[in-house]
Amino acid sequence: MSIWEYANPKKFMETSSWALPWVTGLAVVTLLTGLVWGFFFTPDDYRQGSTVKIIYIHVPAAMMAINCWAMMLVTSLIWLVRRHHVSVLAAKAAAPVGMTMTLIALFTGAIWGQPMWGTWWAWDPRLTSFLILFLFYLGYLALWEAVDDPDSAADLTSVLCLVGSVFALLSRYAVLFWNQGLHQGASLSLDSKEHVSDVFAYPLWTSMAGFVLLFLTLVLLRTRTEIRARRLRALEARERMA
Amino acid sequence: MVGLGKYAATVLGAYAVTILLLAVLVIATLRRGRVMRERLEAQERRMARHG
Amino acid sequence: MLALLLRDLRLATRAGGGFGLSLAFFLIVTVLVPFGVGPQSERLAAIAPGILWVGALLACLLSLDRIFALDREDGSLDLLATAPVPLEGVVAVKAVAHWLTTGLPLTLAAPVLGILLSLPAGGYVWLALSLALGTPALSFIGAFGAAVTVGLKRGGLLLSLLVLPLYIPTLIFGAEAARRGTEGLSPATPLLMLAGITLGALALLPFAGAAAIRAGLR
Repeated sequence: MSIWEYANPKKFMETSSWALPWVTGLAVVTLLTGLVWGFFFTPDDYRQGSTVKIIYIHVPAAMMAINCWAMMLVTSLIWLVRRHHVSVLAAKAAAPVGMTMTLIALFTGAIWGQPMWGTWWAWDPRLTSFLILFLFYLGYLALWEAVDDPDSAADLTSVLCLVGSVFALLSRYAVLFWNQGLHQGASLSLDSKEHVSDVFAYPLWTSMAGFVLLFLTLVLLRTRTEIRARRLRALEARERMA
Repeated sequence: MVGLGKYAATVLGAYAVTILLLAVLVIATLRRGRVMRERLEAQERRMARHG
Repeated sequence: MLALLLRDLRLATRAGGGFGLSLAFFLIVTVLVPFGVGPQSERLAAIAPGILWVGALLACLLSLDRIFALDREDGSLDLLATAPVPLEGVVAVKAVAHWLTTGLPLTLAAPVLGILLSLPAGGYVWLALSLALGTPALSFIGAFGAAVTVGLKRGGLLLSLLVLPLYIPTLIFGAEAARRGTEGLSPATPLLMLAGITLGALALLPFAGAAAIRAGLR
């Protein structure tokens, strides 16, 4: 029994249909716990007032925006090396989720920045990096839409994802070099002295776990849809041939 | 209700935007999933009938 | 390979090859900027390095879809793909030809256009140097983008959408080098980064471009 068995679409459909209700339930419970805990049962920050509550959506969304791209990179590589269709379909399924997470991070950041920094938008390295990440998601999805042949589309988008990852990283460092920003450092790194205090950290961890589970649920659902779409296409083609 | 103080609009706005975006994503996912499932089932039935 | 390079250069420079188009576009963009931001020379001087970099980048983008599209239409791309030369080499040669017909003329034209934007005297050398170092990267990234979108309907628009985000690091370091040079600061760090990006693009992107062409032809 190896992990590659899940690359078989039939096996994937069976396993995911069994796992999906559990993952969905867990996602709803964890997300609600994290957000309700954060929203109703945490104190205000002495400097930021109640705006600190935005952290429970802003940070997890930003984390998922990046992790989603990392996941797409891995699954694209698996497609290029081992030619497993489920892998590349998972990448396709994840992209809109990652793009939405990027948008959430940008919007909540803008809304948060308005009272804190006195501006909706600044060309701060982190904000700029996320805007660039959004452009990469946009290009990746547009390429999927533009190519008719599914295998060519999978190859082209996977190559784009690899090259895009390198350039996204480059942009990150270029942008850091270009402008020093307003944004605070990492909120949750384990050895950081600027660690947020435990009162905020525990609900934040919960909320992050909730976002991970939500992402997993949506990707499973969407990958199942993509597999069905692919099978439908194959059946229609076979019918036309007959 | 917790007191949000003078930043109530900010906090509620951020949560509202998030919920709106997530709702759009979830609804789009579910709708496309249902459409694909139905179309695939119809296609499989038709092909089973005609051999 | 050399024959391919000469062929591409001949095709680009003869009438209707679009050789002068990028240069004309660069000129027009540069002329339009003062109409947009006003004729005050100190304001123009402050933004001149950035405007010239963005203008050169857009002019470069304009001619990208020609790299493979014509060969695709008349079938010579299929011949090249099955020819005994490696496809990676073909992509690299095409990118070099694009640079010789677009990047190099843009680099040479930029200082002249700098006069129109009252670029300070110290900036000309650094502007030309940063463009000379950066435009090869633009051509190689562009050749990769052209390879991905070759054979697609509405490929031109998609090409811009794919390539422009990839241009961001090159633009940042290039414009930063030109700006620092113009203001009398040391442009060494951004220039080194720019050279690094160019060398990396030269070394790696022909492989990605060849993979994309193979996927597209299948």
